[in-house]
Amino acid sequence: MAFTTMVGARIRRREDPRLITGRATYVDDVKQVGTVYAAFVRSPYGHAKIRAIDLAPALAHPDVLAAYTGEDLHHAHGLKSSLPVAHKMADLKTPPHYILAVDEVRMVGEAVAVVVANTAYAARDAAELVAVDYDELPAVVDPLKALEGAPYVHESLGTNVAFRMPFSAGDPDKAFAEADQIVKQRIVNQRVAPVPIEPRSMVANWDEGRQQLTLHSSTQIPHLLRTQLSVVLGISENHVRTIAPDVGGGFGAKLNVYAEEAVVSWVAMQLERPVKYVETRSESFQAMIHGRDQVDDLEIACTKDGTITGLRLRIVGNLGAYHQLLTPVVPTLTLLMAPGCYRIENISAEVIGVFTNTMSTDAYRGAGRPEATFFIERAVDLVAQRLGLDPAEVRRKNFIANTAFPHTTSTGLTYDSGDYETTMDKALAIVDYAGLRAQQAELRKQGRLMGIGLSTYVEVCGMGPSAAMPAAGWDSATIRVEPTGSITVLTGVSPHGQGQETTFAQIVADELGVPIDTINVIHGDTDKVQYGVGTFGSRGTAVGGAALKLAIETIQAKAVKIAAHQWEANPDDVEYRDGKIQVKGDPSKSMSTAEAGFLAFMGDKLPPGLEPGLDATRRFEPPNFVFPFGTHVCVVEVDAKSGEVKVVKYLAVDDCGRLLNPMIVEGQVHGGIAQGLSQALFEEVIYDEGGQLLTGTLMDYAIPHAEQVPHYDLDHTVTGTTVNPLGIKGVGEAGTIGSTPAVVNAVIDALAPYGVVHIDMPLRPEKIWTAIHAAKTNGAANGAANGAAR
Amino acid sequence: MQIDLTVNGKRTSLDAEPRLLLVHALRDRLGLTGTHVGCDTSSCGACTVLLDGVSVKSCTMFAVQASGHDVTTIEGIGDADELHPMQEAFWTAHGLQCGYCTTGMIVSAVDLLQRNPDPSDDEIRAGLEGNLCRCTGYENIVKAVRAAGKAMRENAPRSSVRDLMSIHPPAEEPPPSGEVIIPPQLQGAST
Ligand code: FES
Ligand code: FES
Repeated sequence: MAFTTMVGARIRRREDPRLITGRATYVDDVKQVGTVYAAFVRSPYGHAKIRAIDLAPALAHPDVLAAYTGEDLHHAHGLKSSLPVAHKMADLKTPPHYILAVDEVRMVGEAVAVVVANTAYAARDAAELVAVDYDELPAVVDPLKALEGAPYVHESLGTNVAFRMPFSAGDPDKAFAEADQIVKQRIVNQRVAPVPIEPRSMVANWDEGRQQLTLHSSTQIPHLLRTQLSVVLGISENHVRTIAPDVGGGFGAKLNVYAEEAVVSWVAMQLERPVKYVETRSESFQAMIHGRDQVDDLEIACTKDGTITGLRLRIVGNLGAYHQLLTPVVPTLTLLMAPGCYRIENISAEVIGVFTNTMSTDAYRGAGRPEATFFIERAVDLVAQRLGLDPAEVRRKNFIANTAFPHTTSTGLTYDSGDYETTMDKALAIVDYAGLRAQQAELRKQGRLMGIGLSTYVEVCGMGPSAAMPAAGWDSATIRVEPTGSITVLTGVSPHGQGQETTFAQIVADELGVPIDTINVIHGDTDKVQYGVGTFGSRGTAVGGAALKLAIETIQAKAVKIAAHQWEANPDDVEYRDGKIQVKGDPSKSMSTAEAGFLAFMGDKLPPGLEPGLDATRRFEPPNFVFPFGTHVCVVEVDAKSGEVKVVKYLAVDDCGRLLNPMIVEGQVHGGIAQGLSQALFEEVIYDEGGQLLTGTLMDYAIPHAEQVPHYDLDHTVTGTTVNPLGIKGVGEAGTIGSTPAVVNAVIDALAPYGVVHIDMPLRPEKIWTAIHAAKTNGAANGAANGAAR
Repeated sequence: MQIDLTVNGKRTSLDAEPRLLLVHALRDRLGLTGTHVGCDTSSCGACTVLLDGVSVKSCTMFAVQASGHDVTTIEGIGDADELHPMQEAFWTAHGLQCGYCTTGMIVSAVDLLQRNPDPSDDEIRAGLEGNLCRCTGYENIVKAVRAAGKAMRENAPRSSVRDLMSIHPPAEEPPPSGEVIIPPQLQGAST
């Protein structure tokens, strides 16, 4: 058994003291002498030609230093680069995405000009003075309409289809020909907004003396951002530094390179002044990426006993007007995860990415996997409902067997480990599933609508071998033992709320036997930290933590050599034991990591040929993704008179492998459930047909407050993984992925007496009321409200 | 125009245009950046401060309206040397992740307990209605407020970060292998 005091313990987070006392430094807290402020002029139209932009009234404002249009940047200053999209699709249509619009705007909120002034207030005043002459063009926001033809978002493409990806495995035609039942359903996964509470914030500065651009940004990916900025702006990468200080949440939305980051950087170089831009929440709703927005058409072939034998699938992903960094990747991830935790060998599918006059969709918590999990978890419930079987039993029937791992899915992923049935059984036992069903039958007799929803999910995370990633999948860590024995850790991942300053210190403290408070974990500054890929897709600890583990091993190997030399022992007879360097079998001879570090620093007592210093930089290339899984159970009561949903019980049993800090893991799951539940019940980004954003503020877009979410009960199982040396699977997205279908399945189950088959999210009271009402009017046999069975 | 106010117990005056929002006066003119801005519609509560002891959204007030009044920001609630029980409870209960909503949340919760020293969980949830958190799912925030209420009712002394997370803890004997043990210097740190 390894020596351990920290890993596995509920250590309070070391990042918290600064956060709870208001002494943290978020980007907007960064103070630099001489800072000026940028404000953007944004399109009020979903689609329009820009006839003319008159900056003169803004430039006449006494506080204004400069103002630029896209034309200025791209023609007068020769800045031609388009924002990057990371993809590996050969025939992807990639229209230019200029950092300020040139000639045409294709969505509400697209920036057409920037104004820079001495104060933030003046910058906004002046931005309002900019006169833009637009010619409105027809817009399209519905991806299915966009698929049919004109109007085109990018006229020159002559299509709104950015890509089509067909896929087939097994023999789906045979499966459908032989099926006892075929269930068809359209499932819409509505557009949602990530809404980190800290809006996008940035401050750029050009140091003329050092010829260096520094961009503080609320980003999840400082290194990738630096690389892309250097390409977009045409400056050598060694003249660019990006810093992500404390970041107020990301959820994937800050895993991106935004036009504003490039514009602000370019302006700072022009003016040689620090330039700050902090978006308003309304701007955030317009111009920060959105998530989901898929229309999925499903056909499920099954036998009478509930075995799913085939799946036909069309995934239409609404990409928005332009590609952001990962826009086209997201719907393809949905295809990859289509079978979920079930053995489905026969699949035929097509993924279609479609441009519309809306903000781009991109990675939002789970990115692609929540969509897949949602439709497959709805599908098993639809099968159960059609066949009159218990949804838990249909799941059990189709699970990939415990004995079948590693299991390669029909879509080509290899799940290294899993035990779906045990986890579901644990969840069912905790909630007393049989008891709940009995209670439900009792309540139904009284006319009360209780629903029980299950979701058994598996997700792909720990992004994840480089070969499978649009932009590298490894990560890095450096450990430096300082002369006094304190330890500096530099991590290539860039956490923003996930607590890795603590988790990483826990790992190092245990493995090197040093007091946790002497460890400093540094991240998010490209001038300090070696290249890393960043924090997203639950990869921070699964990949970055694994790199840390490798660096620990390198340090230990060297420390052993140093100690052995000191003791004139054979290095093979020396080992790390209980956090100390010891001669095997002779505990009287021991040395701490700090002592070895001091010897390494002094340099004169080292074995011949061994370099002074005790530090290591290692990179971890994961051989595969990791696949956390779990079962979520949601119990709701629906008020038949109002359509209101009350969540009366919520249980999540997740399996994310080994728990390094259970407290942090639970926090991640809580937050994830809240976001997924909220998509099920409340959230939706709505554009009208002309491309106007109707949910442009926190008054119209409902992220839940404390009263709107329930108490959650959590439990877990632990199934190991050999994908990384820590034995962990990521947990950042699990809650979001597991919760949405559990909640929707519960509501549909509650409405079963009315024969309701499906209702599209969000399950707002009026939709539920309408479904109930329609069923009452049309008879219970076909009471689906919308998204009716085809 | 001239604004005179007392911020975290210190009298301050500043010259500001009439439309300057209190939150910007605090952040940009007085350097108190613990008060955050998360929205432009008074919806999120990240900017919550106490005005004469009562919570207000500082993005919804002009600085001039605070003239002559007492403002307490998160920096005045407590610092690393003397944590407010609410701060310690948020820390212990893991009531925060990114921390961006947290300062406003703590200020609101302090006000909530002033009005209702022993709230039920439902009352805590209702009382925090004006503050949005996107990270925590609120579960641990409710736990934190409950724990802080208990500590405050029992008049627990204020503690310091330095006591709870000492900078140079004494060397420890390693515990028996396999057992998960929290070292004494962090024992208060466990939940
Ligand atoms: S910033 Fe004041 S309520 Fe959101
Ligand atoms: S802790 Fe991130 S928003 Fe609340």
